[in-house]
Amino acid sequence: MRLAVMLALHALKGLRSRVQRGARAGCQLVDGAEQGARARKKKKIFGRLDTERADQWVGVVGLEIHAQICSNSKLFSSSRVQFAAPPNSLVSFFDASLPGTLPVLNRRCVEAAVMTGLALNCTINRKSLFDRKHYFYADLPAGYQITQQRLPIAVNGILTYQLQVDKKHDQLKTQTVRIKQIQLEQDSGKSLHDDNRNQTLIDLNRAGIGLMELVMEPDMCCGEEAAAAVQELQLILQVLGTSQANMSEGQLRVDANISVHRPGEPYGVRAEVKNINSARFLAKAIDYEIKRQTEILENGGIVLNETRAFDFKLGCTTPMRDKEGKQDYRFMPEPNLPPLILFDAKSLPANMNPQQVVNIDLIQERLPELPRVTRKRLVEQYRILPEHSFTLLNEDGLKDFFQNVVKVTQADPRKVIGWVINDLLGHLKQENLTVHQSPISPSALAELLDLLERAIISSPAAKQVFQELWKGEGKTPTQILEEKNLGLIQDRKHLEQICQNVIEEHQEQVEGIKKGNKKILNKLIGLVKMETKGRADPVMIKTILEEKLF
Amino acid sequence: MLGLNLTLREASAALREGKVSATELCQRCLAFIKETSVVNAYITVREAGALQQAEAADKRHRRGQALGPLDGIPVAVKDNFSTAGIETTCASKMLKGYIPPFNATVVQKLLDQGAVLLGKTNLDEFAMGCGSTDGIFGPVRNPWSYSQQYREKSAQRGHISDEGSDWVITGGSSGGSAAAVSAFTCFAALGSDTGGSTRNPAAHCGIVGFKPTYGLLSRHGLIPLVNSMDVPGILTRCVDDTALILGILAGHDPKDSTTVQEPFQPFTLPSSIDVSKLCVGIPKEYHAPGLSRETVALWTKAADLLENAGAKVMEVSLPHTCHSIVCYHVLCAAEVASNMARFDGLQYGHRCDVDSSTEAMYAATRREGFNDVVRGRILSGTFFLLKENYERYFLKAQKVRRLIAEDFVKVFCSGVDLLLTPTTLSDATQFREFIKEDNRTRSAQEDIFTQSANMAGLPAVTLPAALSARGLPLGLQFIGRAFYEQQLLTVAKWLEKQVNFPVLQWQGVVDKEHLILQHNKLTSLP
Repeated sequence: MRLAVMLALHALKGLRSRVQRGARAGCQLVDGAEQGARARKKKKIFGRLDTERADQWVGVVGLEIHAQICSNSKLFSSSRVQFAAPPNSLVSFFDASLPGTLPVLNRRCVEAAVMTGLALNCTINRKSLFDRKHYFYADLPAGYQITQQRLPIAVNGILTYQLQVDKKHDQLKTQTVRIKQIQLEQDSGKSLHDDNRNQTLIDLNRAGIGLMELVMEPDMCCGEEAAAAVQELQLILQVLGTSQANMSEGQLRVDANISVHRPGEPYGVRAEVKNINSARFLAKAIDYEIKRQTEILENGGIVLNETRAFDFKLGCTTPMRDKEGKQDYRFMPEPNLPPLILFDAKSLPANMNPQQVVNIDLIQERLPELPRVTRKRLVEQYRILPEHSFTLLNEDGLKDFFQNVVKVTQADPRKVIGWVINDLLGHLKQENLTVHQSPISPSALAELLDLLERAIISSPAAKQVFQELWKGEGKTPTQILEEKNLGLIQDRKHLEQICQNVIEEHQEQVEGIKKGNKKILNKLIGLVKMETKGRADPVMIKTILEEKLF
Repeated sequence: MLGLNLTLREASAALREGKVSATELCQRCLAFIKETSVVNAYITVREAGALQQAEAADKRHRRGQALGPLDGIPVAVKDNFSTAGIETTCASKMLKGYIPPFNATVVQKLLDQGAVLLGKTNLDEFAMGCGSTDGIFGPVRNPWSYSQQYREKSAQRGHISDEGSDWVITGGSSGGSAAAVSAFTCFAALGSDTGGSTRNPAAHCGIVGFKPTYGLLSRHGLIPLVNSMDVPGILTRCVDDTALILGILAGHDPKDSTTVQEPFQPFTLPSSIDVSKLCVGIPKEYHAPGLSRETVALWTKAADLLENAGAKVMEVSLPHTCHSIVCYHVLCAAEVASNMARFDGLQYGHRCDVDSSTEAMYAATRREGFNDVVRGRILSGTFFLLKENYERYFLKAQKVRRLIAEDFVKVFCSGVDLLLTPTTLSDATQFREFIKEDNRTRSAQEDIFTQSANMAGLPAVTLPAALSARGLPLGLQFIGRAFYEQQLLTVAKWLEKQVNFPVLQWQGVVDKEHLILQHNKLTSLP
């Protein structure tokens, strides 16, 4: 727990979080980088924290996250939003930037941004503005993107996330990252390059879909932290319903700004890494980049301010062909949209059509329970491990599954969690299924656990029943139990006979036990178990054997 | 037989009373468009479509189910308003062949009322200009160039050109719409007004040109010049007609977020008007260099008329007026650079043959598609918006714009109801003179009295007040408080009645002998 002490010390000294990060970054770097870092790890074991902090490079990571807003229609037009529709089938005149078309702001997108802002403890700006950001690109038909550069809808938030300490499952540390701002903006279309015919095809279905750009301050120091923060954000967005936040489907796009510096010194030159489509790759990309930059600096080189892409096959970042070098986006106020004014219960004008206004207080009231609170509640209510509460929330539907089992079974929730996470989730993962596709229903699992609880079935037999249930043939655990004759041997005489047979067949071991080597007893128990195909209660086996031997 | 020199309301009454059919009216307008083709007012004339519409209007009239006062009335629309199924070019190579799939809201409202759309009118490319001389379809010629009045005065002064090169410009950029109304080829036309583009040509063509308060009329479908200043403009032959069209076009449009939510109450103007309780301001800064003596005289005369009718006329100051032109130039260029970014040749309009890369295609397309004026404004606008320049130019211009708007607020708060100003420095210039200066210089000169109303978003109307010594129209402008359209047009109507502006006597293109003959006739008069 050295880490926690260290943090507290710094907090006492009133040092800035940046320095704290720097200190923590030391150990994170060990995780991320490989060879060179090992030596430093050794050094740390000897506890020379102070000198180490002074000469060690640490990573500084900030994220820019684009979350596609979950809404029926686009940010400024009434075109539908739909994944995988035929190309260019969801394009209004405005989306295609026909001259003379004007943007009309989608209320739902505003509400989503406000709700997200509230969930992230942001200050919601009562007045925000829209700007045009100019660049020429084939999938940006207007030649500019409407965004919120000057005055975004939400600012100054905090995202709290947790991560494991030194890979220990039962120890979690809580971290925060500051959210600089959340801005509403348009998504671009998609360019599909056909290299064979040397042409580019444009699909504008995505053009104009609402995005929330979340800008995070560089409060993270390694891939693991960034990945944990992003995963927590994903969960929050999903719980709020403001974004589906699926990285692989592009609903959540993360760009990482990474630099390294020595604690106490100014930030280094940063590189931006794009093209990251999972939290795991995000962590890899960041750690690779920190290592790369550190090595450059160690060798007296200079880190370039550039955009790099993460190659997930090679596990490294490579320079991207920059868009015509340094861009000047020539920001300008969007003249076709009046300032976006938000109200609360107090400021709401009486004569306004409620359909035309957004009331922040109403959204605050509708805010659902946030994942952090849910996890805490689960841990307290069911006395499960914190890490299990993470798993329950990270898998869509798993928490409900778990709770539905607990509701109807007599088994201890702590037993239930083992079955749900190890057996059920393990099987689901193996076959690449979602919780909703599970062939085993919560009630079936509950019934099985009840059989186990009431000692009608042994644990190994229960696993067999589980396997049968997984086949999804519609049989109940009790039916399977009867059909396969998997119930515990209740007949003590029958079991005594089996034990007797085992003793007789293994005289050598019996001798050993009698000489005092009691460990061998376990072997005999195992043999009986095998003989009964797991249908005997191990406690009873032990009792019988002991009676017979001593 | 009824002539075409009726006002819209008169034509509407004639249709209602069955004195003329919509088809006849339409046919006569189409014929007159041909007869006046030298004016070059129209880019597109939709003969078949217009006649079809007219027939439908006739059916409604016969059944007694006319849609309203516009049903069957021939109108024209500037070619920067999107019209479904009708080519909309902005007089630019860039949009040649572009056929919008939708109607601008104001166009749709006219069509919904049964107005017969004769065609699309000529303009400066993308409405950037003040002469209607800078479009790919050639300059618009002022119908007054072919009027008896102008011919006579020219002849009196011995200025007879045998090359037909003495024609004067219409002003712009809505010169085509102004010429179309002025030459009796339609009863009303839509223009757009960003810095005076409706009022300037209206003044030069001797008709009423009206710029509504920003936010009163929808801009949806109007291909933008400067979004924060553009408004659809109305051009008619009298103030009553303008009020009628305004009543049809005004109101909130869900497709334009900058239109005001409050419902608009259409109005008709009273026939007897009392101006005695009015306070009219005369901005002293509008005594600008280059203001012609006869314009000053006319302005003074109108002020006297008002005063004599009991109105309080007082000098007021709009101290930031002199910064208006340069401020406008920065804001306009910046928005132009942004608005024109979508014309990249990918989806619609002109595309060059270069296909070595997307960037090369963009560059060549835009090089070929835009004229020098448009390209010049894009370049300077891009410069103004660069990060390093933004504060120095764009932001500063926005601040100046606010000062200009506040000038008006202060004047109106001091009890002034509206302002009386000239519309232009003088009467229309001959084309051959006009093109001696570049587009920007001309805009700076021509828009001087009109532009600040756009900066402040205020309603303004120009009405023809007299003929100049050259036999060309001179206009006067009223600028009103925001959303005080009714007061503005009422006073304009009052002045219209007082000045009794003459009707254009169309003479057409006359050959040299005819002119000499006429000259002799005139000189032989006692």
